[in-house]
Amino acid sequence: MSIASSILLTLPEVILSVSAIVLMLVAAYAGDKATRVVNGVAVAALFAAFLSLGQEGVAFDGLYSADAFANFAKPLIYLAAGVSILLSTRFFATEDRLRAEYSVLILLATVGMGMMVSATNLLTLYVGLELQSLAAYVLASFMRKDQRSAEAGLKYFVLGALASGILLYGISLLYGFSGTTDYHGVAEALANGVNTGELFGIVFVLAGLSFKIAAVPFHMWTPDVYEGAPTPVTAYFGSAPKVAAVALLVRVTIEAMGSAVTSWQQILIFTSLASIILGAFGAIGQTNIKRLLAYSSINNVGFVLVGLAAGTQDGVSATMTYMVIYVLMTLGSFACVLQMRAADGRHVEDIASLAGLSRRQPALAAAIAIFMFSLAGIPPLLGFWAKFVVFDAAVAAGLMPLAVIGIAASTIGAFYYLKIVKIMYFDEPAEAYHPVGSYVESGVIALTALAVSPLGYLAIPMLGAASAAAAKALF
Amino acid sequence: MIQAFAFYLFATVVILSGALTVLSRNPVHSVLWLILAFFNAAGLMVLVGAEFIAMLLVIVYVGAVAVLFLFVVMMLDIDFAELRSGFVRYGFFGLLIALVLAGELIIAGGAWSQGALDLSRRAAPASGDLQNIEAMGALIYSKYLYIFEAAGLVLLVAMIGAIVLTHRERKDVRPQNISDQVKRRPQDAVRNVNQPVGQGVEL
Repeated sequence: MSIASSILLTLPEVILSVSAIVLMLVAAYAGDKATRVVNGVAVAALFAAFLSLGQEGVAFDGLYSADAFANFAKPLIYLAAGVSILLSTRFFATEDRLRAEYSVLILLATVGMGMMVSATNLLTLYVGLELQSLAAYVLASFMRKDQRSAEAGLKYFVLGALASGILLYGISLLYGFSGTTDYHGVAEALANGVNTGELFGIVFVLAGLSFKIAAVPFHMWTPDVYEGAPTPVTAYFGSAPKVAAVALLVRVTIEAMGSAVTSWQQILIFTSLASIILGAFGAIGQTNIKRLLAYSSINNVGFVLVGLAAGTQDGVSATMTYMVIYVLMTLGSFACVLQMRAADGRHVEDIASLAGLSRRQPALAAAIAIFMFSLAGIPPLLGFWAKFVVFDAAVAAGLMPLAVIGIAASTIGAFYYLKIVKIMYFDEPAEAYHPVGSYVESGVIALTALAVSPLGYLAIPMLGAASAAAAKALF
Repeated sequence: MIQAFAFYLFATVVILSGALTVLSRNPVHSVLWLILAFFNAAGLMVLVGAEFIAMLLVIVYVGAVAVLFLFVVMMLDIDFAELRSGFVRYGFFGLLIALVLAGELIIAGGAWSQGALDLSRRAAPASGDLQNIEAMGALIYSKYLYIFEAAGLVLLVAMIGAIVLTHRERKDVRPQNISDQVKRRPQDAVRNVNQPVGQGVEL
């Protein structure tokens, strides 16, 4: 295959990187005055990249694969990145840190995430992951004068570098023992029996990737980074990189290690159960809404891994369905967190300030209640369907104990989601919030709330067909 | 004949300059000796047919790392006499590490004389008739072009990140603004005055 046709297949990444570089020049010459324009163009670039999706084929000698799976994950990533750009403008203007580089970094991170979900070679996987992570470290400490933001960035950087090292060590072991970095080559080598070196490689690769998706026992960074990072960045961390890392994990486990299911299945079962249980218990004592949502994300990653641990086509399809619904819930919740502002316009994060919100701002309280019920997986909201499909896949694959423990632990998780609803609806009203910021933010809240409401079930046949097609591309 | 001569020349200079790096009292001289050692190591690499590594040594180690060392050594106010004072205390530990290194070198030499490892399963086996710089270039710019460009983007992100996190507008400095200077016309800046005798100048 010629270079030109390869480049054509990677068109979404090309569009995004070229527009990131052009926007960086605009930011350098026009300064921060141009931030709103840069943000608008960045969202347009994400949309253009979305329109250029749809081709299928293998590019660059098997380094990159555009298939139904990548075409399923990428729109989700672009949506999350676009929303986190839209949510950023008002927040950073309030905090006096409106910088044009924000959307440039988001675009470059999106290029990395596109590489991650399309990677069919361990080399592409690593470079894409580093591109995404490096941009994420900078974004976490974007409010550099805020001590918590700087701390979040530093913590994320140090732990992330360690995880990258572990991942790279695993990759080098897999390469050393199988003689290739290509997923199919690795799968062929693993099909002839997994030796000790390859087993260590698999374990290290999974450990490194577990860090990136914040699965227990590699979750320690999550609450601190989610709390310290600026809220639009936290919304981004909770959505786009998580989709990319989960998609990457799915592709690595199914395409590269699919011939050795038994050697990674028990690892995934353990991390999934540990994440569900720790995420549920860890969130109970939290007083900061962003920390609570961080534990909620750990909890949700556990449910995602239930689908993947099944190791079947239905399991992968369920995992991807879960990610779509999870991203909608996350973006909506964080858009609501952005509305938590004291009367003087400062952003507040403590859960106690939500008290009696139903009497102060009934619409916002209703939206938060929808997201919390949905995250708890209570029917008829869409979050229930997400949990239903992953447990259905796990039961179909014969993982009955995993499903039973998972469902039991999810009721513990329901406790802290319902606690927020109780605080909003039944406690004495606290001090009033600053009025809702912008139409964009209200729009994001309204649309995502509508999507996870029972109306969302109308989209399920389409969503199910798309994620089934995506899963089929891997098997 | 000339190869043997070149080898002994490079090897002797490497060892001598390496020793002088450790022994010289002035840290700046140490770095300069280190640079000489790198150059001669590059010469040795050329002799064994690894031109690419030779170029890397010169470009990366001499061009970047050693110059960086030089800057650091010159800019930091380090009392090197104090740093060296614990020679006897750390001497035993240093000797231990040296012994481990020597042992490993001997084992590596022994293993090497038993024949090379089987590397036939490499993903990209080197073809025999290409020079290794050409072989690397052909791979990087064709098969691995995608990764190579993405690595460039990683560096770009690192650069943007460093600027975003450290750059600040300083109000108290007045940088030169060349376009303002060029745009300035004589009539904006110069005033002709017919100054009467015996009066002060109106400014």
